[in-house]
Amino acid sequence: MPELSPQDWQAIAVTLKLCALTTAILLVLATPLAWWLAHRQSPSRTVVQALVALPLVLPPTVLGFYLLIALGPRGPVGQTLESMGLTHLAFSFEGILVASVIYSLPFAVQPLVEAFRHLGTRPVEVAASLGAGPLDRLFTVILPLCRGGFIVAATLTFAHTLGEFGVILMLGGSIPGETQVLSVLIYDYAEAMDYAAAHRLSLGLLIFAFVVLVAVYSFNRRFDGVRP
Amino acid sequence: MTLQVRARVQRGDFSLTINDTLPSNGITALFGRSGCGKTTLLRIIAGLEKLRDAEVSFNGEVWQAGRRRMPINRRRLGLVFQESSLLPHLSVEANLMYGYRRTTEGQRRLHPETVRPLLALDDLLQQPVHTLSGGQRQRVALGRALLTSPQLMLLDEPLSALDTTAKREILPFLSGLSTTTGVPMLLVTHSAREVEQLADQVAFMEQGRIERVEPLREALTRPESPLFSDEGPATVLQGDLRETGEGQWQFVTPGGNGRPSVVFQVSGQSSHHTSLHRLRILASDVSLALTQPQGISIRNMMPVRVERIEQSDEHRCTISCRLADGQLLLSRITLQSVVELGLAPGDSVVALVKSAALME
Repeated sequence: MPELSPQDWQAIAVTLKLCALTTAILLVLATPLAWWLAHRQSPSRTVVQALVALPLVLPPTVLGFYLLIALGPRGPVGQTLESMGLTHLAFSFEGILVASVIYSLPFAVQPLVEAFRHLGTRPVEVAASLGAGPLDRLFTVILPLCRGGFIVAATLTFAHTLGEFGVILMLGGSIPGETQVLSVLIYDYAEAMDYAAAHRLSLGLLIFAFVVLVAVYSFNRRFDGVRP
Repeated sequence: MTLQVRARVQRGDFSLTINDTLPSNGITALFGRSGCGKTTLLRIIAGLEKLRDAEVSFNGEVWQAGRRRMPINRRRLGLVFQESSLLPHLSVEANLMYGYRRTTEGQRRLHPETVRPLLALDDLLQQPVHTLSGGQRQRVALGRALLTSPQLMLLDEPLSALDTTAKREILPFLSGLSTTTGVPMLLVTHSAREVEQLADQVAFMEQGRIERVEPLREALTRPESPLFSDEGPATVLQGDLRETGEGQWQFVTPGGNGRPSVVFQVSGQSSHHTSLHRLRILASDVSLALTQPQGISIRNMMPVRVERIEQSDEHRCTISCRLADGQLLLSRITLQSVVELGLAPGDSVVALVKSAALME
């Protein structure tokens, strides 16, 4: 095993932090969204469905470009933040975190929608009639009965965020310790013709991604809907 | 004690217009054909239908007013659905206790040690949910709902997914459950048999409306009642089941007021059915004879007095006969027979009951 440089380790730390936070945030956001998509017959449902799936088809550079404009110092979000005495989000860890949440949204939502459809509304109605409030129902009925869906959603979100490149490059650049994630660092190494360094990180990511997917597919054979 | 509902639903061809007050004591059957809106009404009462504009109140407590809905988990009602609704990741015991644990101590009136024997649940506690039969599942579901000490139980066709054997098993448990526990029940059903065996009063639904709410006793006196549209008129007698020998059962009506009780020989019963107190006899299973016939397979021959003769259609008449104990027994015979026998109100005749069973 070739030695990893301090810069490699720093990138690994940033990447893991980004993946873990993205996964945590997305599970919280995607659960109510997926429930709504699975069980509400509303005219706005199709539009929301399309919006959620948009990051699947959009070039990451397009997403990164608009996020750069929106979150940057002159964008609506960036300006609002600055007027509140905060800093804008371009070229910052918080910025790429927002980007990752949007970019990986379909990978959290779709497995959950599938799981919630499979569950149906009946167990939740029953639990409600037995006196369970909304959070109680989430933790005592939905979570245990849709465990597989949550595990798949979390794993895919984590793995997909790990492979994020274009959005981060557009919005975050390559600031060591802040926005320099593994995929960006590999690009930098390759640009600098340091193929040995690029290779050791690439191989590591390749093996990691493969192991994660094998784990997911063996855990949930029914899962065929979303492909990263 | 009343349940007030006002609601309007329009979905394609389906429409529902309700502005009624339902009794909330004993068992009220919501009876109608499939598609008449009875399940939708039940879901509105439960708060499971998200309507923009409806009013539901129970004994003065507002459950819905316009858009504002009291969350279902605060309504304190028990729900039992047609298909098994047990939580599959929990044991039978955990299912039973799910609602009990979420009921505050001050509101607990029904406890596991009371409810378990009522529904014979003790033997099931340790079994995994997926090994239970359909009838057993519904018993657990009933017990689980009762253990929340609900103000009202909503039963949505709880027997219709069960086969005949399972129905026979569970009906005796349901009968009398409302009286024993003091919990009023609303029973959605399309089965006249279930209504006649269980209900205290009936709300007749047709095409999204409640046409009439009346005590079962009154509904049974109307020959044109929707209860009779499938199998014709039927008599429901009150009484008790008694064992007279090995596998020999009698249904004995109470009599009283100087009147004797009437005894029917009934078949296919067991001690499990002694909680049933209603004997249902189809009018088409009752023939009349002027004198007691000899050498006949029919075991139930009752002396009766003809009270009323009504022509039901072109060929058939429905005869109301008074049994010795004072209860009415309906007989449906052809017009020709009425003429040939020369039947008239006041005549003393013999009613031949072809089949008498508490349940089929």
